[in-house]
Amino acid sequence: MSTKTDKIDRLAELTAQTETSTGHSLAYEAFRRLRASKMAVIGACIIAVFVVLAVLGPWIAPYSPTAQAWRGEVLPAQSVFVGPRGENWLGLDHLGRDEFSRMLVGARQTLLVGVVSTLLGFTVGCLIGVGAGAAATLGGRLGRRIDTVVMRFIDMLLALPSLLLAVSVAAVLGQSLTTVMIAVGVVQIPIFARLLRGAMLAQGGSDYVLASQALGVRKRRIVLGHIVPNSLSPVIVQATLSLATAIIEAAALSYLGLGNPDAAVPEWGVMLAQAQRFFDAAPMLAVYPSVGIIITALGFTLLGEAMREALDPKLRS
Amino acid sequence: MRIRKSGAARAVVVTLATGLVLAGCASERDSGKSGEAGDTFIFGAAGDPSSLDPALASDGETFRVTRQAFEALIEHEPGGSKLVGGLAKSWEASEDGTEWTFKLRDGVKFHDGEKLTAEAVCANYDYWFNWTGTYQNSGVSYYWQTIMGGFKKNEDKETPEANYVSCTAEDELTPVIKVKEATANLPGGFSLQALAIHSPKAIKAYAKEEATGEGDAISYPKYSQEAGTVAGTGPFKISKWSKGNKEVTLERFDDYWGKKAGVEKLVFRTIDTEDGRRQALQSGDIQGYDLVAPADVKTLEKDGFQVPTRDVFNIFYLGFNQEAEKLLRKKEVRQAVAHAIDRENLVKTQLPEGGVVATQFMPDTVAGFSDQVKTYDYDPEKAKDLLADAGEKSPTIEVCYPTEVTRPYMPAPADMFELMKADLEKIGVKVKPRAMKWNPDYIDSLQNGKCGMYLFGWTGDFNDGYNFIGTWFGGYDKQWGFKDKKVFDALKAASAEPDAEKRTELYKKANEVVMDFLPGVPISSSPPAIAFAKDVNPPKVSPLTQENFGEVSFK
Amino acid sequence: MLRLVVRRLLQLIPTLLGLSVLLFLWLHKLPGGPAAAMLGERATAADRIRIERALGLDQPLWVQYGRFLKRLGELDLGTSTQTGQPVWEEFVQRFPATVELSVFAMLLAIAVGIPLGYFAARRRGGWLDVSAVSGSLLGICIPVFFLAFILKAIFAVNLGWFPSFGRQTTGLNATEVTGFYVLDGLLTGELDAAWDALVHLVLPAMALASIPLAIIVRMTRASVLEVLGEDYVRTAESKGLHRRVVRGRHVLRNALLPVVTVIGLLTGSLLSGAVLTESVFAFGGIGSFLRTAIDARDYPVLVGFIMFIALAYVVLNLLVDLAYNLIDPRVRVH
Repeated sequence: MSTKTDKIDRLAELTAQTETSTGHSLAYEAFRRLRASKMAVIGACIIAVFVVLAVLGPWIAPYSPTAQAWRGEVLPAQSVFVGPRGENWLGLDHLGRDEFSRMLVGARQTLLVGVVSTLLGFTVGCLIGVGAGAAATLGGRLGRRIDTVVMRFIDMLLALPSLLLAVSVAAVLGQSLTTVMIAVGVVQIPIFARLLRGAMLAQGGSDYVLASQALGVRKRRIVLGHIVPNSLSPVIVQATLSLATAIIEAAALSYLGLGNPDAAVPEWGVMLAQAQRFFDAAPMLAVYPSVGIIITALGFTLLGEAMREALDPKLRS
Repeated sequence: MRIRKSGAARAVVVTLATGLVLAGCASERDSGKSGEAGDTFIFGAAGDPSSLDPALASDGETFRVTRQAFEALIEHEPGGSKLVGGLAKSWEASEDGTEWTFKLRDGVKFHDGEKLTAEAVCANYDYWFNWTGTYQNSGVSYYWQTIMGGFKKNEDKETPEANYVSCTAEDELTPVIKVKEATANLPGGFSLQALAIHSPKAIKAYAKEEATGEGDAISYPKYSQEAGTVAGTGPFKISKWSKGNKEVTLERFDDYWGKKAGVEKLVFRTIDTEDGRRQALQSGDIQGYDLVAPADVKTLEKDGFQVPTRDVFNIFYLGFNQEAEKLLRKKEVRQAVAHAIDRENLVKTQLPEGGVVATQFMPDTVAGFSDQVKTYDYDPEKAKDLLADAGEKSPTIEVCYPTEVTRPYMPAPADMFELMKADLEKIGVKVKPRAMKWNPDYIDSLQNGKCGMYLFGWTGDFNDGYNFIGTWFGGYDKQWGFKDKKVFDALKAASAEPDAEKRTELYKKANEVVMDFLPGVPISSSPPAIAFAKDVNPPKVSPLTQENFGEVSFK
Repeated sequence: MLRLVVRRLLQLIPTLLGLSVLLFLWLHKLPGGPAAAMLGERATAADRIRIERALGLDQPLWVQYGRFLKRLGELDLGTSTQTGQPVWEEFVQRFPATVELSVFAMLLAIAVGIPLGYFAARRRGGWLDVSAVSGSLLGICIPVFFLAFILKAIFAVNLGWFPSFGRQTTGLNATEVTGFYVLDGLLTGELDAAWDALVHLVLPAMALASIPLAIIVRMTRASVLEVLGEDYVRTAESKGLHRRVVRGRHVLRNALLPVVTVIGLLTGSLLSGAVLTESVFAFGGIGSFLRTAIDARDYPVLVGFIMFIALAYVVLNLLVDLAYNLIDPRVRVH
């Protein structure tokens, strides 16, 4: 009961279609189109900058992001804040820490949350997807039945508001950075599972699978050697899009008070949630991290959407 | 638009146009609103009340609402913490502190027309005393159990034994309440909103209903969830509780015995977020709200809003648990921590105006505050030496703190933790942070003794030392995890003393003993800020956050 | 037909059982409990034990699960620990608010999204197209809570055009009939109340509409582009049919089919956004109720809600399949 379902299925079907409609390999075709897309280039550039900042951040940050070096100068209780100035390019945060350094170091933390949670959703989701997909394509009557039950369940998870699912996980595990990653990752599991299974089903009906079966190739080899590798591209597209969602979702968890509690470690979502309290006195403290989040999410979305379009033969001009 | 021909498209265009017109007109329409708000005072609450019957509640949001409609035998003076006559003009205790005689005001009427008599008072107390079933659950009758112990027939062996004996009407306006033993909880307990007096007719109606505890939660009885049945004597009567709109509406009670309320209608509207309340005040949608973030006080004042300062009546402390953290058993370590924390800075940067550094586990407004206690000034060098003396150059200590919560004594716990962490690191202590969601994870962990060091505090219910240090240090407590005969004895002596003046002296002594032992570091007391719109005459603000909104009027 | 229904219902059993086990274990694993949540600083260890006993939390796991299952079977969602009222009642009370907000947000998204997507596709590569596409991407990337916060700061606090919270001006005391305030105002003829409710809807609906709007714009655009390339459109144009007729009758109508499907699906998915938007605007619906339920660890409410969504999902899916079966005999649902 959500667009997710619809979008996922559509994406899943693309692989098979692309394969049959062109002579070239899927990857080659897609990459060629991707390079020509302005969206993809801009997205890739944003991501590149973000990744460089995330990797180098801690080294190029002028000050420690956690030291309250100027703590006497900021008095939140008196609405006294320090804006941008020579030594602190973005001013000081509410505890007298250098905002610019926190933004830089925060990039890494933000990326980490995005990547780890997406990886988690990707891995578990794919395992379930492969299982269900293999059962459905080659498992016979029993396999189809297992597939139906598993997918019904996955669909139901998809129907739940993702935030509620994340909150449920966060509630059980207590508050920590790991929790945020798991909570955001869990939300992605059903998406990946459904996607991979759909792609595998589309592949399962194709000629080469039938041929392999006729030749007596072992089922496990058909699944792992042929079907899965050929079904992966839509999953990779989804992973790119998921990175954006993961970053935004993590920020929402922070806003609900379920984010990484260790505020000393800067992370954009947490910084935003904290700064909202001082919005009247120091609005820029909320603007910096939110702009960071928006631009980064935009980068991943641009690239992901461009990849999706590149895969979709219908959208070719 | 060339797509006019399609019906669907036309609908879209019409919708769009309507939307635009609506948006355009909105501003015009809104400006006319303030006139109609003239005699309605809207206060932004942080949470919904849990019930309209204060006897079933233990939280401030509920009491804020019910306080406008119910009054207790004794009240606090407006804007202070001294006990003064409420529904009783005066009161008197027998020598041994077990017999309390009240002289009621004459001519007090309940909202349902009943008259206040000694029998009405006794009907209340007897009703509570005879509670059965779910009402005996401490989640429901917390304050009764704290002040009066258990019930006529306790149904659970965990329930404390009843200290209440009887209530008799000596004459029409003289109820006498008897208790088994003298307790430091009285007479302060008589002032609690949870023990406010209801109309006898209402009490009869209550008795017909049951609170149920089946399933996985306690169901409040119906009468406490909708206006109509409950009736007190206060300046307002509760007329409507709309849960969907998160509003409780109260109307002026014209037969009020005292000064009539200054506004016709009083509405408590729940706005869950802190910035939501601030923005609602700024945009003129509400006329006041409580627990203003310290960072907003200056901004609001600058814009002409009124932010009156309360007296302090709470304590914020860094607690130690000597069982959870063995290091803290060494007195030098405890002292080192006390010297390490820059409390001046914390008060200056984090607390609203009127916040003060604490020297002991109670604010100076409480009877029993001593100015002879041992103090621990900010002195990192001395702290380092003390650590060295203890043989602990760079110990690692876990510190727990809550997230996403604002308490009257602790406006921004996470920030306060960060400041303390920096202070502790300065003297070589490695701090392992452990953040938890306030409710219930955090409180749970503290009370089960799972945190070595933690941020916590207390807002007083009434002015007696027992309400602060008596409950913490009177005996072994899991939250503190220490056994010290000297401390326990000092507090037991104080709580057992029926004479108020002697008791105050004993509490002063106890404070001195406690601060020498140093079971934790008292950090600060701070007045929770409350804000009002420009065109409002605000009520006298109360250190106990017991504002009487009957005093509110529009300029 | 009957066989299909029966088969479908049988399939449900393992799914729902699985969900109930998961939910139960989740509940069981959760730290803390209602006692601490109710008493805050004032709770003691003894209080907790007593409350846990009263609620039967001290019994063996399987007994608790049995009771849990039995109550689910009776469709009894339990009692909210925050309010002490039946979860079901709490939902019913707050549902109209969320539905009203979602519908209004959806209307907003449709009214803006479809024309925007259509014209973006018609002038592919033009400034409108570029800004519509980038705008919609941006819409997906702004955290909803931040957007809501900014909208409020600008339009309610600074400009004062719209109220900053709630569904209705406090103290307006409009007559309630259905719980949908705009509708109520129209039904009772209290036009000012209807207007008041509508004005209160604007900002939250704008925030909530951001994501569906972005998706509708993109869907419409893609779908129109696809249809424009179809043979029958080209045929119609080469036949010399008036452009307006071609566009109105062929392009738009065909392109809107998938969009309409998506709109239906999107409406259900607005709830995540509603939790955030409603709590920013103190809007008294399911969303803000869930938010406080999360804060107060009100498990019965959370579990009830999850069960409710799951059931609704299952039932709707069944109906959709049946409808397909009736309409299109080629579809064989397995």
